[in-house]
Amino acid sequence: MLDHLPALQVIIPLISAPVCMLVTRASWAWLLATAVSIASFVMALLLAREVSVHGVLSYHLGGWVPPLGIEYRIDHLSAYVLIIVSATASITMLAARKSIEQEVSREKSGLFYSAYLLCLTGLLGIAATGDAFNIFVFLEISSLSSYALIAMGRDRRALTSAYQYLIMGTIGATFILIGVGLLYMLTGTLNILDLQQKIPGITGSRTLHAAFAFLTAGISLKLALFPLHLWLPNAYAYAPSMITVFLSATATKVSLYLLFRFFFGLFPPEVSFESFHLGRILLPLSIVAILTASFVAIFQDNIKRMLAYSSVAQIGYMTLGISLASKEGSIASMVYLLNHALIKGGLFLAMACIVFRINSVQLEDFAGLGRRMPWTMAAIVLLGLGLIGVPLTAGFISKWYVLSAAIEQGHWLGAVVVVGGSLLAILYIWKIIEQAYFRTPVKVALHTSAIREAPLAMLIPLWVLVAGNFYLGLNTSFSYNFASTAIHAIFP
Amino acid sequence: MIEGYFNYWVVIILMMMGFYIVISDSNLIKKIIGLNIFQTSVFVLFISMSKVKGGTAPILTDEASVYSNPLPHVLILTAIVVGVSTTALGLALVAKIHRAYGTVDETLIHGQDDIQDET
Repeated sequence: MLDHLPALQVIIPLISAPVCMLVTRASWAWLLATAVSIASFVMALLLAREVSVHGVLSYHLGGWVPPLGIEYRIDHLSAYVLIIVSATASITMLAARKSIEQEVSREKSGLFYSAYLLCLTGLLGIAATGDAFNIFVFLEISSLSSYALIAMGRDRRALTSAYQYLIMGTIGATFILIGVGLLYMLTGTLNILDLQQKIPGITGSRTLHAAFAFLTAGISLKLALFPLHLWLPNAYAYAPSMITVFLSATATKVSLYLLFRFFFGLFPPEVSFESFHLGRILLPLSIVAILTASFVAIFQDNIKRMLAYSSVAQIGYMTLGISLASKEGSIASMVYLLNHALIKGGLFLAMACIVFRINSVQLEDFAGLGRRMPWTMAAIVLLGLGLIGVPLTAGFISKWYVLSAAIEQGHWLGAVVVVGGSLLAILYIWKIIEQAYFRTPVKVALHTSAIREAPLAMLIPLWVLVAGNFYLGLNTSFSYNFASTAIHAIFP
Repeated sequence: MIEGYFNYWVVIILMMMGFYIVISDSNLIKKIIGLNIFQTSVFVLFISMSKVKGGTAPILTDEASVYSNPLPHVLILTAIVVGVSTTALGLALVAKIHRAYGTVDETLIHGQDDIQDET
């Protein structure tokens, strides 16, 4: 049983998806989806333990030996991402029942949960597989299901944003497919480990340059790296609240993992950064992403959209860490990945609580919420501090690592931008706080005492994330040690 | 030059045509058609690279000793399935957009959203 864990991790959500579709009652479908999410979290923890005890796990699908057969390969990096994805999935699902009941019609909820499970399958699969073509397939499984999930939002703009995401996402995935095809043409293999050994010998080839370019563009599209982020703000703003929680903490994070896997694993780092100058592409884009997206976020009146722009900026921080091409920079961006998944997932979960009660995320409707929903608003304030990067929070730790990695490499501009981005974050978080605590509601409907605190089923997961934000801010041993072991395994 | 790489020239032309339609056309259905052309060009790319000179279809027989590489065909079967699903989902979205907005033209849709924002 334990031997088959790498495959079970992916197969259990995959098989549960059609089962979920057949379940007629919404609460049973939710129960199944939750059970599967928690099971995948347990499996991810078991895998992580196996990896730290026995080293890299290699699973041969169907008994075919790699490089001919498909290999599932769990190293520290994969285990780390598997934990993040499955933990987010568990927390989202535990909080999701009431919110989904409100936002998705009853007869569609079975389909909704099965699309969610497929999305989970795809995301876990990307992290687990060691085969380049398999990555494309899982990427499309997760993307297709997330397009469908986003389109289930109540606003009609959910449809257009899902469509826009579909077009851009498919172009991105097709670019990745072209890149993988060109690599196969050159080397005759699709196994990542095998490619890693063959690529250094052919760095002069122009086809390899083309493959590298296609892969970079494709992954950047999926990652929403500036200026390819146009799909993200609308998709996050109009998706059902719980789907925003799930996708914001997983989809772009898994794409970041892909960036790592391809440019530190499949292409050895010295090829990516010295022969192909990946750093020179990523660094300016990251800096522009941090500054412009933070700036645009300040002027948003829809809070979900504001947080989505903030996500674009945070992706900039992560790619900034990678672009430094140093061990410290990569560890910083891996730690950032976890901490940001926690903080942004938490903030969007708080938005879900607010949507559940007042059915709006417009800034003006937040007036007086500090008194009406004290626990939710307190969570937003604490997580907001994390987003800004105030000491004691997880956000501080991740920004500190990026900052010190930038200074270590002598990138003063990068260091200044990291600090400047935080200052901009203060402005947009302050806008929420000011409105919620220091303004009285203008609309008559919101004056009534009908607005109550969000239900406990949503508040508890939210506060778990808040607690995590402070735990990882005080005790960095898990995030840092795991990330550094993962990076040391990759870096020579 | 062109003869030896005929397939690849076709791939590049198809790819650019499809890509151009996706980014330039404002009709949502035509965009999906463009996306299809774009994806199909990649299928042709994969199939072209699997051809081995003088090779026959990869079925074991006594008459042949050189076979074309079957792996890209298998990969593309999967990619075709992905492409079909994307098209189906895209068209379903367009149908719902048409029901919600009464049009499939992108500029008109954005116009309606802007009016909604102002009111």
